[in-house]
Amino acid sequence: MLRFITSRFLQSLLALFLVITATFFMVRFVPGGPFTAEKAVTPEILRNLEAHYGLDKPLWRQYLDYLSSLARGDLGPSFKYPNRTVNEIIFDKVPVSAELGSISLAVALVLGIGLGTLAAIRRNTWVDYVASSFGMIGISIPTFVVGPLLVLALAIHLGWFNASGWYGPADRVLPALVLGIAYAAPISRLTRGGLLEVLNQDFIRTARAKGASEFRVVTRHALRGGLLPVVSFLGPAVAGILTGSFVIETIFQIPGIGREFVNSAFNRDYTLVLGTVILYAVLIMALNLAVDIAQAWMNPKVRLES
Amino acid sequence: MASLTSPAPAAPRLAPVDEPVEQGNSLWHDAWLRLRKNKLATFGLVSLSVIAFACLLGPLLSPYGYEEQNLDLGASAPSRAHWLGTDTLGRDLLVRLLFGGRISLAVGLAATFVALTIGVVYGAVAGFFGGKLDALMMRSVDIMYSMPFPIFVILLMVLFGRNIILLFVAIGAVEWLTMARIVRGQVMSIKKMEFIEAARSLGLGRRRIIFRHILPNMLGPIIVYTTLTIPGVMLLEAFLSFLGLGVQPPMSSWGVLIKDGAEKMEEFPWLLIFPGTVFSLTLFSLNFLGDGLRDALDVRSSKD
Repeated sequence: MLRFITSRFLQSLLALFLVITATFFMVRFVPGGPFTAEKAVTPEILRNLEAHYGLDKPLWRQYLDYLSSLARGDLGPSFKYPNRTVNEIIFDKVPVSAELGSISLAVALVLGIGLGTLAAIRRNTWVDYVASSFGMIGISIPTFVVGPLLVLALAIHLGWFNASGWYGPADRVLPALVLGIAYAAPISRLTRGGLLEVLNQDFIRTARAKGASEFRVVTRHALRGGLLPVVSFLGPAVAGILTGSFVIETIFQIPGIGREFVNSAFNRDYTLVLGTVILYAVLIMALNLAVDIAQAWMNPKVRLES
Repeated sequence: MASLTSPAPAAPRLAPVDEPVEQGNSLWHDAWLRLRKNKLATFGLVSLSVIAFACLLGPLLSPYGYEEQNLDLGASAPSRAHWLGTDTLGRDLLVRLLFGGRISLAVGLAATFVALTIGVVYGAVAGFFGGKLDALMMRSVDIMYSMPFPIFVILLMVLFGRNIILLFVAIGAVEWLTMARIVRGQVMSIKKMEFIEAARSLGLGRRRIIFRHILPNMLGPIIVYTTLTIPGVMLLEAFLSFLGLGVQPPMSSWGVLIKDGAEKMEEFPWLLIFPGTVFSLTLFSLNFLGDGLRDALDVRSSKD
């Protein structure tokens, strides 16, 4: 088990290094720099700016400098926000996305696992059909359609919520609901499929034969194996949810890290782009690692193979 | 469909079919019959065909061009002259919707094709040769799985301009990983079967074994997964267009129309509702069709 975790960890480190390198050079090889958009910058000022940020050094030198400051946890200064470091900006924006993400994740898990379980134990009844249609509809209608439609109906026509913004608790409802439903739909389908497979197995019959209540059979025996597909889906899903979908943050004008990332790419803010990419990469890799470990813990077959 | 006869050493079915098989029915014919029994899948197939035909032919029959503006008219609600209304520049929404559909469907098909090609070749090579090469190739896939690809796609689109060819390539390059895994798993299990051993003992070359004997037997999972990849790809395209990174005006795609609609929905809700409905209906149909195909071809849902 320890060997398995160590090798996965080293693999993630390698992937992270590749991501950083690829992004660093990709951003640099693009026409247009962070200061080209500024109006009327004299060549002298441009030179000063570039010298200030170290952009006049050879590329390989910049790359090594970046890696060494990264090793100290310093993501460098932002090119577009004078006097602000990338670390500051990230610490500023991440809590917003994390809050939106946590609420949405709760919505997704409760709704998804709940509906999926209901559908599986009431297979081929109307309960199953309603729950399964929810799954199909939720998968097929994208957030950027659901979001604006809900805003149109609940915010603009009924006036229950603000159409956008991120101030009071009521402003959390619509974005979290839209993001939550988007992930609840696949979770409910995976839960249903996983449970149905497990419910046919011998150990479930044994549990029933022992006289365990149906509730106990489902919650104690079946869900542990039945949720395996959900767990492997959760790795990438949680990363997407916690960092706040770009679309949700755009629709509801939420000052989170997703919107900042898109803006920073438009602005050619090299360090901010790199910083956000690294943040996402670390998060995704950490979550994938967590998923692998959780799967090994939940499934003896995986545990013994490694 | 039934004319798809299998090559010399009759290819075994992916899974035994329980019902008594009438003579002359191929696997594909059986699958077709089962698919037709599935109401939702049939609905998906029919509605997809209708949408695709409308997108292909509609713009030719319409009196309006997709970029033809009518500034005097401006945004108007659905009427007899403009069935789905017009946008703020007075452009006919129906034509733009159908024209955008061409782009969205084309992106979906082309990018899926890119993903399909890379995934099948990669997975087949890894699965067929096995050993160290397989370990190396699949480890790389594992590593790529853990990369923030949607972010790379956004970066690519922002940095290198919004080029539609680049869009195909970027999306296709993201989506091939799962296909490679599926194909590898299939190849690994098929190559151990007896009829492959028989083919080998007859002295057939590697290439012939791969293309004539292994590949035809994997078509089921490949078709199913391809059908399920298309909606994912179309979603990604629309997502990029929604962020303003995909297809650029005056061209239209469903993502572009939804983006425009969302911006103006307060005054002109039809600009959001029609494109949103058509796009969702398409994704819906593709998902139903993919699910139905999976049942009809009896493909196990697991990845390997």
